[in-house]
Amino acid sequence: MFGYLVGRLSQAVVVVFAMSVIVFVGVYAIGNPIDVMIDPGATAEIRENLIRQYGLDQPLWRQYFTFVGNVFQGDLGQSMVYNISVTSLVFSRLPATLELVLVSVTIAAVVGIPAGLYAGYRPNSIGAKLIMALSVLGFSVPTFWIGMLLIMAFAVELGWLPSGGRGEVAEFLWFKTSLATSNGWSHVIMPAINLSLFKMGLLIRLTRAGMVEAMGAEYVRFARAQGLPDRQIVFSHILRNISIPVITVFGLELGSTLAFAVVTETVFNWPGVGKLIIDSILQLDRPVMVSYLVMVVILFVLINLIVDLIYARLDPRVRLKGGS
Amino acid sequence: MTAALDVQGLTTRFATRGDPVTAVNDVSFSVQKGRILGLVGESGSGKSVTGFSVMGLIDAPGEISAGKVLVDGNDLRALSDEDMRKMRGNKVAMVFQDPMMTLNPVLRVGDQMAMAVRVHRKMSKTAALEESRAALEAVGIPSPEERLQAYPHQLSGGMRQRVAIAMALLHSPSVIIADEATTALDVSIQGQILAEVRDLADTTGAAIVWITHDLAVVSSLADDICVMYAGKIVERGTAQQVIDHPRHPYTKGLLDSIPALHEPGKHLPQIPGSTPQLSRLPQGCPFRPRCPRASDICKTVPPADTVDGQTVLCHHPLERT
Repeated sequence: MFGYLVGRLSQAVVVVFAMSVIVFVGVYAIGNPIDVMIDPGATAEIRENLIRQYGLDQPLWRQYFTFVGNVFQGDLGQSMVYNISVTSLVFSRLPATLELVLVSVTIAAVVGIPAGLYAGYRPNSIGAKLIMALSVLGFSVPTFWIGMLLIMAFAVELGWLPSGGRGEVAEFLWFKTSLATSNGWSHVIMPAINLSLFKMGLLIRLTRAGMVEAMGAEYVRFARAQGLPDRQIVFSHILRNISIPVITVFGLELGSTLAFAVVTETVFNWPGVGKLIIDSILQLDRPVMVSYLVMVVILFVLINLIVDLIYARLDPRVRLKGGS
Repeated sequence: MTAALDVQGLTTRFATRGDPVTAVNDVSFSVQKGRILGLVGESGSGKSVTGFSVMGLIDAPGEISAGKVLVDGNDLRALSDEDMRKMRGNKVAMVFQDPMMTLNPVLRVGDQMAMAVRVHRKMSKTAALEESRAALEAVGIPSPEERLQAYPHQLSGGMRQRVAIAMALLHSPSVIIADEATTALDVSIQGQILAEVRDLADTTGAAIVWITHDLAVVSSLADDICVMYAGKIVERGTAQQVIDHPRHPYTKGLLDSIPALHEPGKHLPQIPGSTPQLSRLPQGCPFRPRCPRASDICKTVPPADTVDGQTVLCHHPLERT
């Protein structure tokens, strides 16, 4: 177990390192941030000064090592656009994304998993066919389009919900969240539903596939031969067996939603990290891009680690071994 | 005396795209308390479907279309689904072929057994685990407390099958159906388990239907034998009658092809051809195309039971020897 954790963490370090090189070089290739930042009418001298100020006159490898050196001192750099430290910039946006993602994955799981179970339990019923048809819509219709439809319907026509932005925040435990106010909820619910549809469709299909397979499994037949009622067979026997693929996908989706809820955040003007990364790409805000993507890698490594630990809890045949 | 299990005219059909296929065709047999009936046949003969029909575990597109299944005189087919569920594992229990697959891989043996206990009897989990421990002990599992804590993959194949048998015994059922229960096991383990099953039938008084393709297994285990072919019982009798004096050419063929009973150094006889597809049964006697004794009448007229002390579904049974 300990060996496993050490293996996983050293693996993570390698991934983060490789990722930082790729991102650094890639961002360098995209364009020169000075061109975006500076007034086109500025003199060559001002331009030279600014370039030197940001260290952009140095060769790329030296820029990289300066960056790495600063990271080791806990400094991810300054945003070129906002002129504040990247860390505080990201952490000021993170709560908004966290609450949006939390609500949306909860909706996806609470609706998607039972719907998938039902669709797999009675695969030939009309309800199951309806669920499956909707699930196809859920992950094939573009998010931005559904988002705009939701705004049209509930904000513009019906006027029930605000069309975008984050609502009032209030203190909850030790941080500020809009989930602590009803105004906050009215703002979060529509983007959260929008964000959940894709995941919901995925979870439905995955749960259903597992359920259909499990219903034909020998251990299910044996459980029926013992006289167990179907409800108990599904919840005590099957659910645990099919939860492994479901949790894998759930974990991956959780990570990618946290990192890239870009479309929904843009459509609903939600001040989260997804919007931040898109803005910083448009403005060629290099420090933000690099640091943010490195944080995303760390996030994914962490989520995968947690998923692996859950595996080992769920399936006694899984043994966690160092490094692999 | 009422038989523990009395099956009368059982017919099970499966809907297909074409005509429905009759997997079990008018099958009747009965088993007294404490007796073991060997139900023998090749793959596709309908022996497993018979077992599942008795358990009421036939799923769509399958359907039991006729017949009675009397357990201690009560017709299971007359019961509602819910009442039938209460019979399963309680009055009629089943053991399956593959002990690797029948236990849930992600639950501890003790949890699975306790669930099976508590579904039919209200008691605390602790009491149910104690029950389970006793059941494991009864089928000869050493250190049962530890086994309760184990996951199925930590047990050997023979041990897992003993667990499955112990689970079948939990509620002292009147009838136990064992579907190829030792087929997947080593021969030595198989012998041990067969001896234990014989013992269980004698001590618990359960009526056991032992479904297998292996005549050698039932010859040492069963009191009576039914041989199935293409959904019908083609020969029935006591184990001794059937093994020592088979009357149906199919039974004779099966017996001749058991290596252990055969003279060494000689070519092992086989029954030519293979089990017919149920959707395309030949007219007349279904065994006719593979039968060495077939004549013209076998081509057109299906044979009826010829009762001569021993039921034999054949126009030309072998002579009594």
